[in-house]
Amino acid sequence: MTKKPWISLSGIGVFAVLLLAVAPLVLSDHWLNNLGKYCCWAIAAVGIGLAWGRGGMLVMGQGVFFALGAYSMAMHLTLETAGDRVPGFMVLYDPLAPLPMFWEPFRSTGFTLLAIVLLPVVVAGALGYALFKRRVKGAYFAILTQALAVALATLISSTIRETGGDTGLSDFKYFFGFVLNDPANRLMVYLIAATLLIVCLLAVWQFYRSRFGELLVATRDAEERVRFLGYDPANVKLVAFVVSALMASIGGAMFVPIVGIITPAEIGAAASILMIAGVALGGRASLFGPALGAMAVGWGQSSLGSTWPDGWTYILGLLFVVVILFLPNGLSSLPARLMRRQRPGPVEPPAPAIAPAELEEVKS
Amino acid sequence: MTDASLVVTDLQVEFSGFVAVGGVSFDAHPGEVRFLIGPNGAGKTTCIDAVTGLTRGTGSARLGDTELLGRPVHKIVRLGVGRTFQTASVFDELTVLQNLDIAAGRHRPWVSLLRARRGVDPSIEHALEETGLTGELATPAGILSHGQKQWLEIAMLLVQDAKVLLLDEPVAGMSQDERTATGERLQRIAAKRIVLVVEHDMDFMRRFATRVTVLHQGQVLSQGTVAEVQADPKVQEVYLGTAGAATTAAMAVVLEPSAATQTLKEQ
Ligand SMILES: Nc1ncnc2c1ncn2[C@@H]1O[C@H](COP(=O)(O)OP(=O)(O)OP(=O)(O)O)[C@@H](O)[C@H]1O
Ligand SMILES: [Mg+2]
Repeated sequence: MTKKPWISLSGIGVFAVLLLAVAPLVLSDHWLNNLGKYCCWAIAAVGIGLAWGRGGMLVMGQGVFFALGAYSMAMHLTLETAGDRVPGFMVLYDPLAPLPMFWEPFRSTGFTLLAIVLLPVVVAGALGYALFKRRVKGAYFAILTQALAVALATLISSTIRETGGDTGLSDFKYFFGFVLNDPANRLMVYLIAATLLIVCLLAVWQFYRSRFGELLVATRDAEERVRFLGYDPANVKLVAFVVSALMASIGGAMFVPIVGIITPAEIGAAASILMIAGVALGGRASLFGPALGAMAVGWGQSSLGSTWPDGWTYILGLLFVVVILFLPNGLSSLPARLMRRQRPGPVEPPAPAIAPAELEEVKS
Repeated sequence: MTDASLVVTDLQVEFSGFVAVGGVSFDAHPGEVRFLIGPNGAGKTTCIDAVTGLTRGTGSARLGDTELLGRPVHKIVRLGVGRTFQTASVFDELTVLQNLDIAAGRHRPWVSLLRARRGVDPSIEHALEETGLTGELATPAGILSHGQKQWLEIAMLLVQDAKVLLLDEPVAGMSQDERTATGERLQRIAAKRIVLVVEHDMDFMRRFATRVTVLHQGQVLSQGTVAEVQADPKVQEVYLGTAGAATTAAMAVVLEPSAATQTLKEQ
């Protein structure tokens, strides 16, 4: 327990070197861009690991917060591209259409950045407060968050004149003044996304080793008991939920300049579930599991998913079932398991101590 | 530590029409090991639930001048009222130290939550000694023995610096030696705090109780010292006449040791 944090920290260091130094050298532009996209999903996944893995809140609607960041960014980039004119898709049906009121402030760089950070905090804060204080949890919480993702995707789909509808927002030329077509600028955008992923990993690393991390696990395992120690578990969960929403929003915001398009399909129910799937595969409670799982799912989707779309869905489903059945703590628990099997002797000091407790249960 | 007493007056708890506790009054003072006994379903746990805010009760439960009823659970805890549960509930995945550290947390400022723990608080060390868990500091709570878990719960109340300890069947499942050790520890703890014990084990009660309240069907049947309660014909009737066999045998030990042997032989 005392040594492990430093191992994790050096792990983050290695990961950072791989993402920031090695990947740009060895990968083609195309694959670097793909890696950037996986980083965005990984950022959201790190947040899910915090809320779900450590906090026990099955956040099935992270697409909502992903959308808040993504659409804030996309609106700004759309306006930047359109310059003084009204964005093209808006005047498609009505040449005299004015810019909707809520678009106006997104002309400002500062407002956009602030919105990416504050919108998810405010929305998740209000939502979490209402839900956790009323002690909504478990399946109800999961279904509710999922329903919100569906509702938001439907809302965007149906407001084609204001949000671009199902076609989404795309064709961005500039990213805060930088020409997005320029390979050097694309590399910069990738590096920003990768750096943000590292920062998020560092943030949860500190969360997990802090007293808050212990309290969060305690709240996950025995919420009532935590209440009887004088804490309000609603507040503990709220902090984790808000942080995870913020991370999803950051991931969404970086997704837009990297991928070049955002549509309701990227934020709806299916997308939200895919985010969860990556986290479950990787190992929801571990530090690296969520990020690596999300990146693996992303990679599978763009390699297998484009050549063999039907097969990919089945493979992902099968993988999911196998992992849940045989490795409930995700793929990241595999090395530790194999190690334990190879050297059964010294690794299991707790084994004898387990026996009396089990006996006790059998007896009663 | 405190000279405030816990005074419960006319406490009533209803579960959709069913009166689980119907006007119970008792008090507990620092310096005594107070016992609440009664057959299964008498309403003992419900009394504790109401005092700690887990279930709604009417009437009054005061700690010193402060009314407890009507406040949310965590606020009542912050007033210094701590409890354990009938089934030991500790955080299985966390170590003994982590369990205690969380319990000690309510005295710390919020920001300290964001830092990692360094070293062991003196209050935690003291509680570990008090409960004999010093050697188990790094053990995950889930693999402690049943008795150790219950001690860990009591240790958590100590680091929480609870003024009132409400213990729901703290010696259930413990060996005879562990019971004796627990009783002696409770007596030490009670010197400075209010200790209220709900128990089925009559032998344990007889050895360590200062005063006893007997509940039956949500009412106070009898109240007084161990000797007074034992001599009360109403108590004898409930325990020997109607209640389940196990309890009868246990209570008989209190009432009349020879009668108990008799009952046991008959079985
Ligand atoms: N949540 C609840 N809803 C309905 N009835 C309840 C509830 N909790 C307790 N009761 C009832 O209230 C009565 C008192 O229960 P309580 O748990 O307080 O008894 P007890 O004295 O602690 O018994 P035991 O010795 O078995 O723990 C019982 O008849 C029980 O069935
Ligand atoms: Mg009970």
